[in-house]
Amino acid sequence: MIDLIKQYWQPFLWGSPNHISGLAMTLWLTVISCAIGFVLALPAAVGRVTGPSWVRWPIRIYTFVFRGTPLYVQLLIIYSGIYSLDMVRNTPGISSFFRDALNCTILAFTLNTCAYTTELLAGAVRATPRGEVEAARSLGLAGVSLYRRIILPSALRRALPAYSNEVILMLHATSLASAATVSDILKVARDANADYYLPFVAFGIAAVLYAAICFMLIWLFRKAEQKWLMHLSPSQ
Amino acid sequence: MNGYLQQLIAGTVVTIELATLSLLLAFGLGLAGAAARLSSKRWLAMLGTAYTTSIRAVPDLVLMLLLYYSVQNWVNLITDALDQPQIEIDPFLAGVSVLGFIYGAYFTETLRGAVKAVPRGQLEAAAAFGLNRWQVFWRILFPQMMRFALPGISNNWQVILKATALVSIIGLHEVIYAAEAAIKGSSWPGGGQVLFYLTMVALLYLLLTTLSNFVFAYLEKRYAAGFERLSQ
Repeated sequence: MIDLIKQYWQPFLWGSPNHISGLAMTLWLTVISCAIGFVLALPAAVGRVTGPSWVRWPIRIYTFVFRGTPLYVQLLIIYSGIYSLDMVRNTPGISSFFRDALNCTILAFTLNTCAYTTELLAGAVRATPRGEVEAARSLGLAGVSLYRRIILPSALRRALPAYSNEVILMLHATSLASAATVSDILKVARDANADYYLPFVAFGIAAVLYAAICFMLIWLFRKAEQKWLMHLSPSQ
Repeated sequence: MNGYLQQLIAGTVVTIELATLSLLLAFGLGLAGAAARLSSKRWLAMLGTAYTTSIRAVPDLVLMLLLYYSVQNWVNLITDALDQPQIEIDPFLAGVSVLGFIYGAYFTETLRGAVKAVPRGQLEAAAAFGLNRWQVFWRILFPQMMRFALPGISNNWQVILKATALVSIIGLHEVIYAAEAAIKGSSWPGGGQVLFYLTMVALLYLLLTTLSNFVFAYLEKRYAAGFERLSQ
C-alpha cells in the first residue's frame, strides 16, 4: 500500500508537465466541458423558449436525444463510432481531431452537459414572473436588452441551485473519460490497481479525491448562492 | 446481422432486468435510509446521513469498480485462506447490488423529502383513530408521500436506467456488451458497423427512457387524484 502511494501520488494529483493526469485532468475536463456547455446552452435556452418553431424543434430534439441516452453510449459513438468511418479517417483535419481521445471526451461531455443546461435554463427563463417582463417593457426595454438586463439576470439566479447540481453530476460523469483512455483520476486508479492489485486502496484514493472536489464545489456554489440569491435568504 | 440483432435484444432484456431489480433494491434501501435519517435515535440518523453523503459525493462508476473489485479481492483472500477454489462474483448480481446500493442513497433523500411533505396532522389523526404504526405507514403515509416522491423517483429511475450502461465495464452481457460483440464480429465496407450498432444501442435507450416517461406521467396523474394541477 505504501509502495502504491509512493509510486502513484503524483499521477493521482497532477502527473507531469507534459502529461497531466489525475486530479488536474479531472478538474480540467469538468471546467472546460461545463464552460463551453454553458456558453452554448444560454442562447439555446432562449431559443428553446422564445424562438420560432424551426429554432425550437431542433433544440428540443437535441436535448431529448442527449438527455435520453447514457453519456457512456454518447462517448462510445463519438470516440469509436465516428472515427471508425473510412470517410472520417481519410479527411485530414477531422481525422486528427477524432483520433485524439481527449478531444472526443471533451466533445461528448460538452454536448451532454449543454443539453441538460439548456433545459434547466429554459425552465428558469420560462419561470420569469410576467410582471418583471411587463415592467421592463413599460420602461422601453425590448429585444436583446430586455434579455440582457432583466430576464437573464433573474433567470440565471433562479437556475443557480439546479446548475450547481448539474456541475457536480458533470464532475462525476468525467470518470467515464477513463473508459476512453484519458488519464483522469479513475484511469490512474485503474493503472495503480493493475500494478499492485490493491483495488480497495487504489479506488478508495480515487473516491476520496472525487469526494474532496465535490465538497469543494458544494462550498463554492453555497458562497455563490449567498452572494447572488441574498434577496431570497429567509432571515437577516 | 439477424443473429446480432437478436443478441442486441437479449442484451436489452438484461438491461431492463438489471434496471428494474436495482430500482426495487434502491427503493427498499431508500425507505430504510429515510426511516434512519428521520429517526429520533441519533446514531441511526447519523448513519443515514453518512450513507447518503458519502455515496452521493463519489461517482457511480468509481463506486462500482471500488465495490466490485474489492469484494472480489476479499472473496479471493478468504477462499485462498480456506484452500477452496476461487468464486467468481456473478456480474449481474454485482450490478444489481452495486446500483441498488448507490441509488439507495439518492432514494433516501427523495423519500425523506416526501415523508416530510406529508402534514403531521394526518399521521396524528391516524394514530388517534387507533391505527398501529404499520397501518399508519401503509394506509396514510405511503399513499400520500408517493405524490411528492414520484417526480424524484422518475428522475432516479432515468438515472439508474442510464447507469446500467456502466455495468458492461465490469463484464455484464447487457446491451452495450452485445453491441461490442456485434461490432467485433462484423466488417462493413466503409467501416460503418461501429456507428451502426452503437446508434442502435442509443435508440434502444431512447425508447426505454421515453416509454418510462409515459409510465411515470400516468402514475403521477394517478397518485395526484384529488389534487388539481394548476398549470399544463
